[in-house]
Amino acid sequence: MSDVDVAIIGGGPAGLAAASALKSAGVERVVVLEREAEAGGIPRHCGHPPFGLREFNRLLTGPSYAARLVSSAQTAGVDIRTLTTVVEARAGGNLLLVTPTGVTELKAKRVILATGVRETPRSARLVSGPRVAGVVNTGALQSMVYLTKRRPFQRPVIVGSELVAFSAILTCRHAGIRPVAMIEGNERVTARWPCALFPRLAGVALHTGSRLVEILGDTKVEGVVLEDAKGQISRIECDGVILSGQFTPEAALARSGHLLVDPATGGPQVDQWGRMSDPTYFATGNVLRPVETAGWSWSEGGRTGQWVARDLAGLLPESEPSVRVSVNDHRLRYAVPQNIVLSQDVGGMRDIQLRVAQHVDGELIAECDGEQIWGRKLRAGPEQRVLVQTHEIASACAGRDVALRISEPTD
Amino acid sequence: MDQSLFDVVVVGAGVVGCAVARRFTLEGARIAVLEKSTDILDGASKANSAILHTGFDAPEGSLELACIRDGYAEYQTIRDSLGLVQDNAGAYVVAWTQDELRNLESIKAKAHLNGVTDVELVDAETLRAREPNLSRNALGAVHVPGESLIDPWSAPHVYLRQAMENGAKVFTSCEVTDGGFDGAEWRVVTTNGTLRTRHVINCAGLYGDTVNRALLGETHFEVKPRKGQFVVFDKAASGLVSAIILPVPSETTKGIVVFRTVFGNLAVGPTAEEQDSRTDASTDEETLKALIADGINKVPALKDMPVTATYAGLRPASEQKEYRISATSEQNWITVGGIRSTGLSGALGIARHVYGLYENMGASHDKLPDPVIPKANMLSEAGLRDWKQDGAGEVVCHCELVTRREIEAALHGPLPARSLAGLKRQTRATMGRCQGFYCSARLAELTDGCFVSAMAEKLPHE
Repeated sequence: MSDVDVAIIGGGPAGLAAASALKSAGVERVVVLEREAEAGGIPRHCGHPPFGLREFNRLLTGPSYAARLVSSAQTAGVDIRTLTTVVEARAGGNLLLVTPTGVTELKAKRVILATGVRETPRSARLVSGPRVAGVVNTGALQSMVYLTKRRPFQRPVIVGSELVAFSAILTCRHAGIRPVAMIEGNERVTARWPCALFPRLAGVALHTGSRLVEILGDTKVEGVVLEDAKGQISRIECDGVILSGQFTPEAALARSGHLLVDPATGGPQVDQWGRMSDPTYFATGNVLRPVETAGWSWSEGGRTGQWVARDLAGLLPESEPSVRVSVNDHRLRYAVPQNIVLSQDVGGMRDIQLRVAQHVDGELIAECDGEQIWGRKLRAGPEQRVLVQTHEIASACAGRDVALRISEPTD
Repeated sequence: MDQSLFDVVVVGAGVVGCAVARRFTLEGARIAVLEKSTDILDGASKANSAILHTGFDAPEGSLELACIRDGYAEYQTIRDSLGLVQDNAGAYVVAWTQDELRNLESIKAKAHLNGVTDVELVDAETLRAREPNLSRNALGAVHVPGESLIDPWSAPHVYLRQAMENGAKVFTSCEVTDGGFDGAEWRVVTTNGTLRTRHVINCAGLYGDTVNRALLGETHFEVKPRKGQFVVFDKAASGLVSAIILPVPSETTKGIVVFRTVFGNLAVGPTAEEQDSRTDASTDEETLKALIADGINKVPALKDMPVTATYAGLRPASEQKEYRISATSEQNWITVGGIRSTGLSGALGIARHVYGLYENMGASHDKLPDPVIPKANMLSEAGLRDWKQDGAGEVVCHCELVTRREIEAALHGPLPARSLAGLKRQTRATMGRCQGFYCSARLAELTDGCFVSAMAEKLPHE
């Protein structure tokens, strides 16, 4: 017997949207398990716009956007349980939870993993130097500034130039922190225009084509060493380092349990319905891949909620037969979903999502057993999502596994 | 500071100082422990491979071997009462080349000579059956069943707590700067004031020679810091090996080890890098990459495992291989120096040996008849962690499942954490996959006013 119909792990935009959609579809017992004291996810500590355009047709700050998502879910009848940590996700939808009153188990007919992403910390980036205080990810800085009203430093450097790095600048300004520099390894800023103008407007020196070589300091950060494209070494005095971006799915539950993880995304392996290797488990939002906006995750969550409702009604095709989709080119970071179920049902994710690792100008091709089955021109940068229609690949592959790669233009 | 006369002042609260303080307290001596850092275990003891060694490969007939053997034996007897963990993982000394393969027989012979008689040779096929994720390049191994995994911080922490709860005084942020002996009594000058004591035991680790020079006026050894870097892989990797994977050792180092931890991680390290600095525990990208590559060579499935943490430790080696333990009887002084790499394994044995030297100086006490026995922090995955118990309240660090109750206990307990590093060693907060991405803000709030150097300051305009 199940305690609930659907348990959703993670109460961010994707999880809350999935929960609301499940309720709208008539599913009765829907719970969101949120380990923080409040649901809402990452937007709770992004104290600045733009949020909510897609969902509420209004320009909101992160916290008010998060509050709206929570209240819509509650209005829809979703049971949101905060301070509830899922410790283990076991086969068949059995969850082991820690709650404020103790350890308990929860059995769900379906589980949706919506645990989002986090930035790569210093350790996994292998950054050289002593282990000093004052090195944080943007997420930690945002929580300190917006949730606990604190600041860990006053003159940091910001490493990276994805969209989140610009959120870091806004967060700093709110807290009276003056970033002294933004460092980007590539020749251009990763986030799209007009972000590139922003550091200059905010008075932050921009060092593109520069690599963070080492963090200096005794007990606290005292400076960083950079190396530019010509191999020139320089030193910047600062009292903190914000390591921004390089997102990675928070997929520990899948990784440490029985669920298969894709090394390319770092998230669970799913089919076009977001269904994992144990078909009682689904995934949605940024745990699928790094990284999309809150708005995108919210839409994705809503669709996943509908698919799971269909699955509960016995209306999704079986997981097999399926083909595997993978990337076979260092310029392609990943492809999601990793499995395409071959079925008359054309529902599920309309598109395979791809990301490139660097600027690419060539042809994206799909191959089965070394034979090209599909291709199209591709010009994209690392900040852009690349979409390939799922049904085009499914119908061209003739039941064989698909590898995606980039071919240089032939003429 | 306390102006009464102590029997013994222990300089340094690393693993050796903690074990010495415990032994002397249990024997009935009145002890003060002086630690220059804000928290104990902040020098050489903060970073090691967390293995309780049997001594199978220690130099024959050495004091080090005797201390490891005694330390190992005592750990077995006090483990359950103090609530200490021991994962009997066992170890394989793996041969990766034909030369190394030829060496295995002599490693086994040495182990037997050292009294570790359960050591056996294992052929490639058996090794593969027992450790299926090990690279096919493994040619054979020596199996050392007694090598174990322990908690490198909770153990010394409870040694010192047992000393404290039976009367020892501990002073942190208290650096010894000077001192003098008048033939009967030492005057030990610290940054916090002066203490009086009959004897001094120098357990200052990386600063052993400096403390000797400052107070004795001379030193019989020089500390030669040797850095070791480590890479810790995601917890999912811990299932890849069951035993500790040791290399065939060289003259200077045990070499790079692949080992699980009782916290549920898998780590690779340490390197052995000679350096002059006693404080610089930097990691460097190139070395970490080489360690990762070494790990993947030995356990190919590590290729898809993310890195959770990296760290470096400094071993207080000296210009000789042997421990540099000596008594200066005419000055009531004992130096416990040069504990180059086996401090965690040897500490309890070293403490007994040092108490013997102390008695040889003519000192004696009456053993405590009924000592208080505290319980160690339980941070092992396999143990009864706090989150598994009712009323733990909030889980603050989600990656390592550290509860608010544990954090508050560490901040307000008998050896209060006064730095994030100290809190980490007592609770594991921020030591997991996200390294503080999720919980730093909450921790900054919970530790407000507790740390010598705050994690973050309050916003001026809020």
